[in-house]
Amino acid sequence: MSEREVLELLRENARYSTADIARMTGLEESEVEAAIEELEAAGVVRGYRAVVDLDKLEDERVRAEVELNVRLDRETGYGDIAERLARFPQVKALRLVSGDYDFDVEIEGDSIREVSQFVSEKVAPIPEITQTVTHYVMTSYKENGIEFDDGDEDDRLSISP
Amino acid sequence: MTFDPAERVRKVPPSGIRRFFEIAEERDEVISLGVGEPDFSTPWAARDAAITSLEQGKTSYTANRGKRELRVAIADDVADRFDLGYDPDEEIIVTAGASEAVDLAFRAFVDPGDTVAIAQPSYISYEPGVTFAGGDVLSVPTTEENEFRLTVEALADAGAADAEMLVLCYPNNPTGAIMREADLEPIAEFAREHDLTVLSDEIYAELTYAGEHTSIATLEGMRERTVVFNGFSKAHAMTGLRLGYALAPADAVGAMNKIHQYTMLSAPTTAQYAALEALDSCADEVEGMVEQYDRRRRFVLSRFREIGMDVFEAKGAFYCFPEVPGGWTAAEFAEELLREQGVAVVPGDVFGEGGESHLRISYATSLADLREALRRIEAFLEEH
Repeated sequence: MSEREVLELLRENARYSTADIARMTGLEESEVEAAIEELEAAGVVRGYRAVVDLDKLEDERVRAEVELNVRLDRETGYGDIAERLARFPQVKALRLVSGDYDFDVEIEGDSIREVSQFVSEKVAPIPEITQTVTHYVMTSYKENGIEFDDGDEDDRLSISP
Repeated sequence: MTFDPAERVRKVPPSGIRRFFEIAEERDEVISLGVGEPDFSTPWAARDAAITSLEQGKTSYTANRGKRELRVAIADDVADRFDLGYDPDEEIIVTAGASEAVDLAFRAFVDPGDTVAIAQPSYISYEPGVTFAGGDVLSVPTTEENEFRLTVEALADAGAADAEMLVLCYPNNPTGAIMREADLEPIAEFAREHDLTVLSDEIYAELTYAGEHTSIATLEGMRERTVVFNGFSKAHAMTGLRLGYALAPADAVGAMNKIHQYTMLSAPTTAQYAALEALDSCADEVEGMVEQYDRRRRFVLSRFREIGMDVFEAKGAFYCFPEVPGGWTAAEFAEELLREQGVAVVPGDVFGEGGESHLRISYATSLADLREALRRIEAFLEEH
């Protein structure tokens, strides 16, 4: 029960201190620490990363969503293909999805050229892959539940009854 | 010529929070814990419904009592959540905020010279409302020892047995106190015994963090003498849309509607569309906001205790009500805190008897701001 609450708070903001999580949940700090350890050990929590608006970075980063179609055979399943793809550091996210294509791959690189090269030289040649469609991300408006607009100013009166 | 305000207008003193507002507005980087409204925006679905209604040109008056569809939705909602049974045709009136509904009730039921008992500390509009209606206010203080719940002893001591009306607001602004069924039973008995009309402002009902909210109107023999107020401002974060309602027996709603139809005609139409959608599809968002408030509540309470300020366990609304350290009045503490540390709070005495020596802390603000505000209050305490 306490793990669920702690997880909810971490998903909201992974930088909440254990002390603040303890205050918000009414748990002891040691209980919060134990809950986090348990979540990590069980592989529920896989990591903690900042949600970054790439447009705000000085160094340009390029991101693409790539649709992949694959053909399976007796020896090769989705898991096998996924394993091969996931090992590349350029692959930031990899999901098997329903619909017109099989895999949804998120790729990040320093330039369009770099990303294109990666797709054509590393991804497309994998024998089971029959088709790739690359979509370059032009602007991101929301990532991981966080909106990237800055229009969220508090315009309430500073004191009200 | 000069305008000469009527006696009942002159009698009402200027608002006690005005001065703090002015200081807060001129100082930079103020973190305000003085805001009596949600920091969340209205759930998008409700805003979207309002926009759509405007696009469709739905900008005419509605029925005086509000769109029937909305009254039906309200009737279902209060039946579902608070076990309140009201007929959408005869016993519900939709108003421009719950504030309008409270004012309608004062004007509909208070005769000049009538005494209106008000459990205090409480929302600042009840006293002026009674005065504007020509009634006399009887303050019934509540105390921290009783967790700011109203007691029969306090009613009897104040002389409320001779009053015509009793005003309650639980969950309470400014204390965050709630009253459970067992706390309300003796109050209900007192009201029946002394034939008091009860106005129960339940605008914060959804923001109850321990157990379920109980409306006094659900207690035996109380429906016939109670007007219940609620609305969309707090739980649905719709303050500026101005939409509330009153629930009461048909004759009471009829009397209130008589005033409403000549003064307001109907509550804002756009807001009624937003409210309908809010009831229809925004329950999850309300639940999410309530969860956020609850976390902040626990955070703020534990921080006040850590820095050595005495604070009772507030269980409702989005306020807590810590006591100022010895040697300070609430107003001095609040003013110095604002000037030195840039944290705005409202001194408790603004809310009437029982509020002195306390501060109303609103936690309807982000956790980051709450954390920083408490750090500043801690620094302030260390320096004094």
